[in-house]
Amino acid sequence: MLSNYISTGNSDTRSGYGDAMTILGDTNPDVVALCADLIGSLKIQPFIDAHPERFFQAGISEANMIGMAAGLATGGKIPFPSTFANFATGRVYDQIRQSVAYSYKNVKISASHAGITLGEDGATHQILEDIGMMKMLPGMVVINPCDYNQTKAATLAVAEYYGPVYLRFGRPKWPIFTPAEQKFEIGKAIHMNEGNDVSLIATGHMVWQSLEAARVLQREGINVDLINIHTIKPLDDKAIINSVSKTRCVVTAEEHQRNGGLGDSVAQLLSINNPTPQEYVAVNDSFGESGKPLELLDKYGLGVKDIINAVKKAISRKK
Amino acid sequence: MKSNQELKSIASQVRRDIIKQVSAAASGHPGGSLGCTDFLTALYFSVMDHDSSFNMKAENEDVFFLSNGHISPVFYSILARSGYFDVKELATFRQINGRLQGHPTTHEGLPGIRIASGSLGQGVSVAIGMALNKRLNGDNKTVFVLTGDGELQEGQIWEAALFAAHNKVDNLILTVDWNGQQIDGANDDVIALGDLEAKWKAFGWHVMHMDGHDYNDLITSLNKAKNMRNGKPICILMKTNMGEGVDFMAGTHKWHGKAPNAEQTENALSQLEETLGDY
Repeated sequence: MLSNYISTGNSDTRSGYGDAMTILGDTNPDVVALCADLIGSLKIQPFIDAHPERFFQAGISEANMIGMAAGLATGGKIPFPSTFANFATGRVYDQIRQSVAYSYKNVKISASHAGITLGEDGATHQILEDIGMMKMLPGMVVINPCDYNQTKAATLAVAEYYGPVYLRFGRPKWPIFTPAEQKFEIGKAIHMNEGNDVSLIATGHMVWQSLEAARVLQREGINVDLINIHTIKPLDDKAIINSVSKTRCVVTAEEHQRNGGLGDSVAQLLSINNPTPQEYVAVNDSFGESGKPLELLDKYGLGVKDIINAVKKAISRKK
Repeated sequence: MKSNQELKSIASQVRRDIIKQVSAAASGHPGGSLGCTDFLTALYFSVMDHDSSFNMKAENEDVFFLSNGHISPVFYSILARSGYFDVKELATFRQINGRLQGHPTTHEGLPGIRIASGSLGQGVSVAIGMALNKRLNGDNKTVFVLTGDGELQEGQIWEAALFAAHNKVDNLILTVDWNGQQIDGANDDVIALGDLEAKWKAFGWHVMHMDGHDYNDLITSLNKAKNMRNGKPICILMKTNMGEGVDFMAGTHKWHGKAPNAEQTENALSQLEETLGDY
């Protein structure tokens, strides 16, 4: 039910990561943290204060950080190398591919400031291609939680999972609307609202945008089947197929390029299993720019009104 | 403790294995493999305290990472001759459905391999990670890593160099296979490495020199490095002769990544005594 998901306050998702790392510091002695000169941004100072010997400052040397994480994992540690999403992926793609993914190391790549809501720093830092790059790597789990609570739960969950993980979160203060004590199951979608008119499948910050859109649509008599996909890979095929078999049209919403993102994964799944009219709410083959997060979401087609329009278009295309 | 004569005898067989693997696959990298044979023989059969029953985590044992993964033929032979897997498996080098991939990988579960390598410049970082891990665990054993000299053109190497010195990672020994050659020719003609000793010293490492074909020097230097622990990571600049042991392959970059034909294979094998039995 939409009314189950109301904002209880604002926090950045990266604080969910940092607070979970603090917990992991005390509960899992194998967890170690690495960072490339962005401790404050990643919110891991409390972890460092409590366990200085389990933190490694890599400096502005992301490639070396990823390699060291692979070496630490080889010896049995659970390393969380962390930096901005741009530097955690594009800058070190080959290091991740060879030393982490192909070598199947238990490394949790922790990527903050993902997407256009990074805001004022502009396009050099607003990576919108990272989900695509990471999901293409065989064996890589890709997770993009939607709020503080889910990010915290996801961080705790990936420490319990063996294998390479890409954990993507963001910079801006954002509504907290999922339960604090939620169960986070990797690869298991969360069905947030039951509806028969359209499947709205969203990840990351766009889940809140989708909730807001669904509330408006509900008042207009359009009932949205709303699915929170926090794990883009492995995708919860069953949840998506079940939903569209009921609604017969789908909208995907993500803070990422249309190319290579969640929408692509959903389209691939459905083209094979159940071809369905689909609309994409995503950045359309464009770099971002400086601005405030909400201004940018609106300008680049990721606003609440964009989701509403996409939903109506998808419904109009139903066969 | 093996005598130098025993080590040389092992190395002769390893060189035969290299030629046979590369010849059968009609591809692979014999030059650097032959050049690093004596080093790896000394390391695995004398210097390192290691367990061929293979535990990925390498707890309480010395551990070696190969960063220049293209010299996989020598690595595979050394591992097989050390007992990590059956020497007969060397016949599967670069063949489909095999574990002996063109470049080493953990992906096929081959004992003795702890990281994939091939894309250059990554192994030193991985070795540092393992060295940090040993430090955290109170494990006093040593981490060894080998890179090529041309590989030092990769920027990641110098990121790793800064980190290891800053963090006093002194349970780490990097050996540079300093044969002066790379695919397109001499290092000096491609991108000159300049004064390597001065560079590594300036980066805060303890620098040593070693003759990569002199067993007295190899054993003495490697053991000295292993017991040093003076707050600095160690870089050993190891002079080698690419293609060492096969006259027509020696001293040139031309056999970096080229397999011998049948006649050349026969010629090469005739120069290398079969000491432990061919696979």
